[in-house]
Parts: sequence; C-alpha cells; structure tokens
Amino acid sequence: MAPKQKTPIAEQDPKERCHNFKEVCLGYTLEEGIAEAKRCLQCKTAPCVKGCPVSIDIPGFIKAVAEGDMPKAAEIMGQYTNLPAVCGRVCPQESQCEGVCTLGKVPGFEPVAIGKLERLVADWKYEHTSDAKPQLPGEKKGRVAVIGSGPAGLTVAGDLAKKGYEVVIYEALHAAGGVLMYGIPEFRLPKSIVQKEIQAMKDLGVQVETNVVVGKTLTMQEILAQFDAAYIAVGAGTPHFQGVPGTTLNGVYSASEYLTRINLMHAYEFPGYDTPTKRSKRVVVVGGGNVAMDAARSAKRLGAEEVQVVYRRSLKELPARIEEYHHAVEEGIVFNWLTNPVEYMNDGNGQLCGVKCIRMELGEPDASGRRRPVAVEGSEFVIEADTAIEAIGQGSNKVLLSTFPELNLNKWGYIVADEKTGATSVPGVYAGGDIVTGAATVILAMGAGKDAAVAMDEYITKKRASA
Amino acid sequence: MFAIVSKRRIAPKEYDIWVEAPRIASHAAPGQFVVVKPDEHGERIPLTIADFDREKGQIRLIFQVVGKTTATMAALKEGQALQDISGPLGTPSEVENFGTVLMVGGGVGIAALFPILKDLKKKGNRVITILGGRTADLVIMKDECAQWSDELIITTDDGSEGMKGVVTDAMRAVVQRGEKVDRCWAIGPSIMMKFASQAAVELGIPVWVSLNPIMIDGTGMCGCCRVTVDNQIRFACVDGPEFDGAKVNWGEFMNRLRQYRDEEKISYDKYAEEVGDLSWL
Ligand SMILES: Cc1cc2nc3c(=O)[nH]c(=O)nc-3n(C[C@H](O)[C@H](O)[C@H](O)COP(=O)(O)OP(=O)(O)OC[C@H]3O[C@@H](n4cnc5c(N)ncnc54)[C@H](O)[C@@H]3O)c2cc1C
Ligand SMILES: Cc1cc2nc3c(=O)[nH]c(=O)nc-3n(C[C@H](O)[C@H](O)[C@H](O)COP(=O)(O)OP(=O)(O)OC[C@H]3O[C@@H](n4cnc5c(N)ncnc54)[C@H](O)[C@@H]3O)c2cc1C
Ligand code: SF4
Ligand code: SF4
Ligand code: FES
Ligand SMILES: [Mg+2]
Repeated sequence: MAPKQKTPIAEQDPKERCHNFKEVCLGYTLEEGIAEAKRCLQCKTAPCVKGCPVSIDIPGFIKAVAEGDMPKAAEIMGQYTNLPAVCGRVCPQESQCEGVCTLGKVPGFEPVAIGKLERLVADWKYEHTSDAKPQLPGEKKGRVAVIGSGPAGLTVAGDLAKKGYEVVIYEALHAAGGVLMYGIPEFRLPKSIVQKEIQAMKDLGVQVETNVVVGKTLTMQEILAQFDAAYIAVGAGTPHFQGVPGTTLNGVYSASEYLTRINLMHAYEFPGYDTPTKRSKRVVVVGGGNVAMDAARSAKRLGAEEVQVVYRRSLKELPARIEEYHHAVEEGIVFNWLTNPVEYMNDGNGQLCGVKCIRMELGEPDASGRRRPVAVEGSEFVIEADTAIEAIGQGSNKVLLSTFPELNLNKWGYIVADEKTGATSVPGVYAGGDIVTGAATVILAMGAGKDAAVAMDEYITKKRASA
Repeated sequence: MFAIVSKRRIAPKEYDIWVEAPRIASHAAPGQFVVVKPDEHGERIPLTIADFDREKGQIRLIFQVVGKTTATMAALKEGQALQDISGPLGTPSEVENFGTVLMVGGGVGIAALFPILKDLKKKGNRVITILGGRTADLVIMKDECAQWSDELIITTDDGSEGMKGVVTDAMRAVVQRGEKVDRCWAIGPSIMMKFASQAAVELGIPVWVSLNPIMIDGTGMCGCCRVTVDNQIRFACVDGPEFDGAKVNWGEFMNRLRQYRDEEKISYDKYAEEVGDLSWL
C-alpha cells in the first residue's frame, strides 16, 4: 500500500522566506517525484481527470514519472496544457484534481500530489528541451487577433498557432502575462517561469505586441477588418473598493495597485527599479481570497512588523487556496475572522493611522448559499495601521467594452459568451477567462482558451471554405 | 521602442519632444495622455499628448523635469528611444462650438491646455487665453497659443511680462470688461487649478480641469489614480483626466500627490549621484 502522506517537499524556511521574494516551494527532486508518482493507484475511472478543468491525462503522465520516463510525461502533459509550470504552482488543486483523488478518499490518506508532479514535469522540460524550434505548418489557415495576454489569451494563441494560424496578441501593458505578471507574486510564481511559457508561445510563431490598449490604440473595428476572428481575454481588471470613509487617504491601496507596484514594476527592488512602494510597519489587508494572501505576504516581505488580515466570514469560508493560507500563517500573518472595516482613520495629515473594524456574525444563507455575515452592533474596535490594502474583488474593465457596444454583456458587465465555444453576440468574436466568468482561476481561463481555439478553427475553416 | 525624432529645451527644465508612435498618433484626441516607461528599470509616468501629427505618425510630449524619470527622459538625445509608450489614454475633451471660451494655463499645464484650445479654435470658438507663470521665461508656448487664440493674456508674479499678478486676476479682469464667457478650462499646478476653479464658480462659468494624480497603468486596472469628484470616487485615467473643477476635492487630491515624496527624493538623489552634473537641465 502507498504511504499515507504526500512525499514531503522542500520549502524555504518561513523565518527566512518572509524576508525575500524567492520562491517558497522548492519543488521535488526527480527521486522524490518518482516516489510520489508511485503512490498513484492508476485508477481505471480516474476521477482526478474529471476534476481537472482541462482533463489532463493524470494517471498517464504520473505513470511515466513513476517509470522515470520524463520525456514521455512531458509529452503527455503537453497535449492538454500550455501552461503546466504555472498551473502546477497556482491551481487550487485541493478543490480540483486532488480533491477527488481516490487515494485521498481513503481514511487517513492524503491525495497524490498531482500539482507538485505537474510542476516537476514542466520544470524538467524547460531544463531539458533543446532550443530547436517546433515544426509548424507552412501555409497559414487564417489570421487571428487575441486581446489580452493572460492565461486565456496565451492558451488560445498557442493552440491556434499549433493548428496553423497566424496569431497576434495585443497586450495593454508593457509586459505580457496578465495577472501572472502583475498579480501573482514572484514567491509563488517566478516571473522567469511565466516568461518561459510566453517564449514557448512565441516559438510557436505567436506575435506579441505590447503597449496596445485595444479600444484606444487600436479599435475592435480595425482589428476585425484585418483578422478572420478575434478573441477577447482582457481579464476582470478593475478593482472594487468597499467605499468606507477614508478610502482615499494616503496609505490605503487596492490590492491591484499594491501588487502591480511590487510584481510588474519591481517596487520590492526600489531604488534599483524606479517605482516606489511604502515600507510599511503595520498593515491591514481586507479580504480572504488569493489576492488578499498575496498582498499580506508581500507586505511582510517588504518588512512590515505586523500584518493582519481582516475577513468578514470565517476560516471555513476562506476562498484562498488552503496551501497559501497555511504559508501565510507560518509567515506570521495574523487573521481576524468575522471582522469588517468600517472606516479608515485619518492621522490629521491625510495619512492612514488606523482601521476601525466591526465584528460580524454569520446569519442566514445568502444567494451564494454561504451564510451572510451581519455586523454586531457596538463591537467596533481599532487596529493601528499605516497601510491598508483592500482585496475585495475586481469588476469588468470598460476600456475595451465601452468602445464595442455590439457585444452583449450580462448584468455584472461581463461578456456573454457560449460556455462551450466562447462565441459572443458578434460573429467571429470570441471571449473567455475572467472577462466572461468574473474573477476565477488560471486553469478555468486556460480551459476557456482551449475550447475557443477549437471553435474558432471550425468557424474560420467554414468561413474560408464558403468564401 | 519609440524613437525621439526631435528635442528642444523650451524653458529651464522643460523639454519639448516629438516621438515616433504611429498608432497612438492615428487615434489621439485633445485631452488624452500617454503612459511612458523610458527604460527597463523605469517607472510608468503619464504625460499629456501636447500635439500629434497623424500623417507623420508622431506625437508631441512636453515635460518638466521634477524628478528621476523626467530627468532621464531629458537626458535622451534625438535618435534615441523611449522603451514603452501606451495610449492614447483617458477620455478626450468635449470640444464643440460653445461661443466664447476662457483657457487658463500655468506651468507645464500649458502643454495640456494647448491641444484643447487649438481644437476649440478650429471648431469656431472665440478663444481668450490666459497663461501665467512666476516669471517671463517660465511661460511656455506663447507663440503657439497666440496663433490659436483670439486674445492672449500673460500674467507673471514678478511683472516681468504682461500683467503683474496671477491668472485669477486676469480671469476676473476679462469678465469685468464685459466678456460673456461660456466655458473655461484651467490646467496647471493643482493650487492654480483650485483657485481658478473657485474664480470660475464666482464668475458663473462652467470650468474643466485636467487632474494629474499618480498613475501606474492608466487603464483603470490599479485604482491608484482615484480622486473624489462630486463626493464620488472616480479613476482619473479612465473617467478623466478632465473633471468639473467646481466639484473636485482639492485637499484630498493634493494630499495624494505627496504620497511618495520621500521615495522620490531617494530615487532622484541616487540618480544625481550616478550621473553627476545636472546643471544643464
Ligand atoms: C493577486 C492574484 C492572485 C491570484 N492567485 C491565483 C491562484 O493562486 N490560482 C489561480 O488559479 N488563480 C489565481 N488568480 C486568478 C487568476 O490569475 C485569473 O483568474 C486569471 O489570470 C484570468 O486570466 P485571463 O486570461 O482571463 O485574464 P488576465 O490574467 O487578467 O489577463 C488579462 C490581460 O489583458 C490585458 N488587457 C486588459 N484590457 C486590455 C485591452 N483593452 N487591450 C489589450 N489588453 C488588455 C491586461 O493588461 C492583462 O494582461 C489570482 C489573481 C490575482 C489578481
Ligand atoms: C494625466 C496626466 C498628464 C500629465 N501630463 C504631464 C505633461 O504633459 N508634462 C509634465 O511635465 N507632466 C505631466 N504630468 C505629471 C507627470 O506625470 C509627473 O511630473 C511625473 O510622473 C514625475 O515623474 P518623476 O519621476 O520625474 O518625478 P518624481 O520625483 O517621481 O515625482 C514628482 C511629483 O510628480 C508626481 N508623480 C510622481 N510619480 C507619478 C506618476 N507615476 N504619475 C503621476 N504623477 C506622478 C508626484 O506628485 C510627485 O511628487 C501628467 C500627469 C498626469 C496624471
Ligand atoms: S491543471 Fe490544475 S487541476 Fe489540472 S491536473 Fe494540473 S493542477 Fe490539477
Ligand atoms: S485519482 Fe488519484 S490515485 Fe487515482 S489515478 Fe488519479 S491521481 Fe492516481
Ligand atoms: S492609473 Fe491605474 S487605475 Fe488609473
Ligand atoms: Mg518618479
């Protein structure tokens, strides 16, 4: 019988890592990976595959790892995912593939560490593949424009390039990668890995044009005149604020700003890089998702003496990946459950000096089925703070959408797109990722891109045949 | 890369450059801006599109050296390039034939005022322009503004040119002599915009200002540029940069501009130490 626990994996010591931005998890060695792969039961029914949004042949690649055949493992994985090094690191595995793993259902047993094995294979591949460029079909089947270079855009671009299309990605920022570059911190997802995955797309012939804000630098109308089809994957990129008094004080940030400064702009290397951020002493982070964990742990790494997370529900409802929560606790982040900010307090000079909070209790279930937090009257208290970071979610960014009214949007402002194909209300225009689903996950964005690539290939092939 | 095709020093610490950026030039409108990241380790800073030439595919930027990033830009020569420029960003000015417009500019804000007044003139308005500065050689773009204005009034604090005083004195003088002004734009240092807005309200003129908060992406993604207008939080990069000057929370706006004073000084001092002589600026 397989060992009960996952094969242990090396991590940077919490005391050390909370002072640097280097990756927390150091990954399996080949031997450790083989040992972990051997824990897999090779189930005939493979529930894990159904738990994976892109249906990776998990038993297949794990078997190859168990046999020490890494090229084969990489080959199998490459058929399903374009971003294995990313997903192996940031997928919420506990609620997906690993959540349904048969081994994990046995009392006292942990599931197979599918994500960590995926990461091992992906990292092995980057170390061992030659520089030889992949062979691409010579004649092009058509031209496709992709707007946004996050996981959804990169995936659709890679798949269509493999199918023989000329693909141009337009990205608003100066660097490609979307949230992988500007949101998720270096210590969880090294930017060199993201760059390797983007280089892999470029090797497939995908062109990436940065500094192009579609709707401003180029219009959708111009794009549609030049391309056979377009894919909109602009993410859910506009931060929400709770709107409590004091939101515009100095020292109050959206997590998007806080993390963009640090990740995309390298503020943690200031003044070696020009973009500054504050070296705070006492930080309050509002929210309970991955974004909140990332902001809290980044603040700690920038030298904050105390970082407190304020979340209006309880640990049970915490939307963040459980691994990230554990890492945060190890790094000394303090959690205030059932608490909500009601005011950012002014020190008299326009600078934040404290966050006034109120205790909450869980009431009746709301529309989402989760019990709704209600404020406990008279329970206000103040957390002293020089920095507060709101990580309470994002909404749909209107920069492109407002210039393309033909596109049907839902009541939350996201694009209405067919669940299977990504087709929108405009023929030839497809969409996917966070701009369709609202803020979700990397793997769902990638899955949307994969499905759309198939549909767009069919659409263009048909269109060209009838022309 | 975006090549600098021409560069001129137009006042102490103020530079006027034309940059190759065909896509931006072909879509730009008055009131819009770009975000520039000069080099690999650079920050992203917003600069107004002071003019554009669609045929040549060029845009014009006029900037004042106030810190590290603008100093590095000033050090670039014709033929060299800026690494990243994105735009045109922000909502264009609302330009139509209003009748008589009063255009008030100060400091490097004149660069932002210029494309709007030029367009207003082309659309048939009677354009009265007031440009102010501490002293004569700090008032930029006088000839160009004169060319697109029906009347140009200059004010200087020291009286070295035009009327001695500040722009609000000139605004009041224009109304007192009997002009019926339909709209006003005031663009310049925040304190000038604040007082010009107050004066416009007193004089009963609708007033637009162009806010210049700290920005990063310029596309509504970070929320760093938030300002309070009419008691509502707005993102200046997408909802602005132009807002009703009568409704801006000026105290908060000016406070937020100070957020990184300490870090900006560290950055500039380090740069000054690395490059040595900066007296040429
Ligand atoms: C801090 C943070 C941590 C996260 N952690 C995790 C995690 O651990 N695991 C997980 O699975 N998910 C995580 N997520 C969620 C995940 O990153 C997103 O769901 C995913 O990136 C969505 O991908 P996307 O391709 O739809 O869009 P994005 O990644 O948002 O990319 C969109 C891109 O489009 C560009 N763009 C926008 N407008 C335009 C325009 N008009 N023209 C051109 N380009 C434009 C943007 O600049 C951006 O680069 C996290 C998100 C954040 C913010
Ligand atoms: C929409 C808009 C249009 C602008 N147009 C022009 C223009 O045409 N010409 C011009 O000279 N200036 C313009 N500015 C201001 C210009 O962006 C700043 O002067 C510049 O960022 C200063 O950078 P620095 O590193 O040289 O100076 P720093 O020493 O870093 O900063 C000096 C001061 O500039 C402001 N500032 C700093 N960083 C930023 C930032 N990222 N974004 C905005 N302001 C910042 C702060 O108030 C700071 O105290 C504009 C700003 C905005 C928002
Ligand atoms: S992509 Fe995500 S869900 Fe699929 S196998 Fe990998 S870690 Fe699991
Ligand atoms: S469910 Fe678990 S044990 Fe079964 S094949 Fe998948 S990974 Fe292996
Ligand atoms: S600059 Fe980031 S939202 Fe305006
Ligand atoms: Mg600066």
